[in-house]
Amino acid sequence: MPIETVPGPEKVRFDRVTKRFGDQTVLDGLDLAVAPGERVTLIGPSGSGKTTILRLLMTLERVTDGVVHVDGEPFSHMPSGPGGKLVPADERYLAPRRRRVGMVFQQFNLFPHLSVLANVTEAPRHVLGLDADEAAARARDLLGLVGLADKEDAHPTRLSGGQQQRVAIARALAMRPELLLLDEVTSALDPELVAEVLDVLRDVAAGTDITMLCVTHEMAFARDVSDRLLMFDRGRVLESGPPGKLLDAPEHERTREFLRSIR
Amino acid sequence: MTGSGTAVFLSELGRALPAITEGLLVTLEATGLGAALALLVAFALGLAARSRLLPVRGAARFAVELLRGTSLYVQLFWLFFALPMLGFRLEPMACGVLAFGLNYGAYGAEVVRGSIAAVPAAQTEAAIALGMGPGLRLRRIVLPQAYALMVPPFKNLLIQLLKATPLLSLVTVADLTFRIDQLRAATGGTAAAYLLLLLLYFCVAALLGAGMNALERRAQARLGVVGGDA
Ligand SMILES: Nc1ncnc2c1ncn2[C@@H]1O[C@H](COP(=O)(O)OP(=O)(O)OP(=O)(O)O)[C@@H](O)[C@H]1O
Ligand SMILES: [Mg+2]
Repeated sequence: MPIETVPGPEKVRFDRVTKRFGDQTVLDGLDLAVAPGERVTLIGPSGSGKTTILRLLMTLERVTDGVVHVDGEPFSHMPSGPGGKLVPADERYLAPRRRRVGMVFQQFNLFPHLSVLANVTEAPRHVLGLDADEAAARARDLLGLVGLADKEDAHPTRLSGGQQQRVAIARALAMRPELLLLDEVTSALDPELVAEVLDVLRDVAAGTDITMLCVTHEMAFARDVSDRLLMFDRGRVLESGPPGKLLDAPEHERTREFLRSIR
Repeated sequence: MTGSGTAVFLSELGRALPAITEGLLVTLEATGLGAALALLVAFALGLAARSRLLPVRGAARFAVELLRGTSLYVQLFWLFFALPMLGFRLEPMACGVLAFGLNYGAYGAEVVRGSIAAVPAAQTEAAIALGMGPGLRLRRIVLPQAYALMVPPFKNLLIQLLKATPLLSLVTVADLTFRIDQLRAATGGTAAAYLLLLLLYFCVAALLGAGMNALERRAQARLGVVGGDA
């Protein structure tokens, strides 16, 4: 099935991206485009390659074949030599570009040796070069946004899962990313803590124009925030469309089956 | 020991006290300098063992295996007796510090390498997601967490290093063992002299251990490990 064309410059483009782990092909010549400011949610059965897509974008994995572009520039690769031949991107090429991308993980991954505030100020201070006061002011604003203004001195491991994940969201936002990747950010939470995290993300979606790529099994959330849903199956986009259409009138039996399975 | 033997021992001990104190200081100095050098060697070799460059990694591995695989005793004798034949003469104390630093540094390198490897990969990934480069990730995220894992094995190595310092008396350094041995020779009170020696090493080891335990508790508290002081 053809991929929908996205008007205007693309924030993200996967160009025939193949990813193999050993002899297992997870993504097989995937084409994918995301427009600036667009909110795209990836759904699909376990093992279909959703996390892999986000990890490729965060440069936590390398493509086996094909090229990932961000802002119309190669991202997984860099032009090299007079011919501008694409070679795998090195740290120096990635350093300034990677800052535009942020990611929130399923397991929060807060830094246990730093206070809540220091978790949020660490990268703005040492990567962006903000001074301590600027970074702290930015961090306090964001901790306020995620409802944790009173926890800045707390130790991350003393917080509930929902609180930790909200700190992780503040930490990612402190870098002012243009593209935010969210990988099942509520899957590790007790059910009663899911709402507080999703509410924060709804606010972020409503209050910013950050491009968001998210993997979730929370269909109500996906329906609220996404412009487009992509149903993955075995490393391919099985179908895609606005949430209303894909959730209420899916074309494929596989999609119907998957939606039934997570209800 | 007879009553008069005890009296002789005690009066000799009183006279030898300044010399024994001096010996104790020499032992502490060798331990301190040896440990400082060992720490440097441990980080240099431990970090090199994680290099992406195969030759660097290979050289570090080889150095660690070589230093661990040849005994400290032989290394010290080599520095003291063999090196001068090649035209390099080092002070006996310098030979000791060098031998302790290299030998225990090689064991320490394994501690450094292993502790860094034990920090979850997810921590590095979170740092990458925040745009941190390799140097920043190591310095600001990985090493502070690895540090808490390094302290307990470093404590063991430090105490082992202390217990290896009597080798110094074999290369003419007047350390604690050397001085107590002089006392033993002067009094003939072998049992008493060596009992005193045991006690002195035990006390120094206990003090060093207590210091390292304090560091360990602090490091754990920083990581929020339950049981550390908040
Ligand atoms: N580092 C890795 N090494 C080997 N195989 C991997 C690795 N990472 C992912 N895989 C495999 O790639 C496939 C796709 O994984 P991925 O995590 O992208 O799926 P997913 O769609 O996110 O699934 P889930 O819903 O379970 O999170 C799986 O079969 C997984 O086992
Ligand atoms: Mg996944």
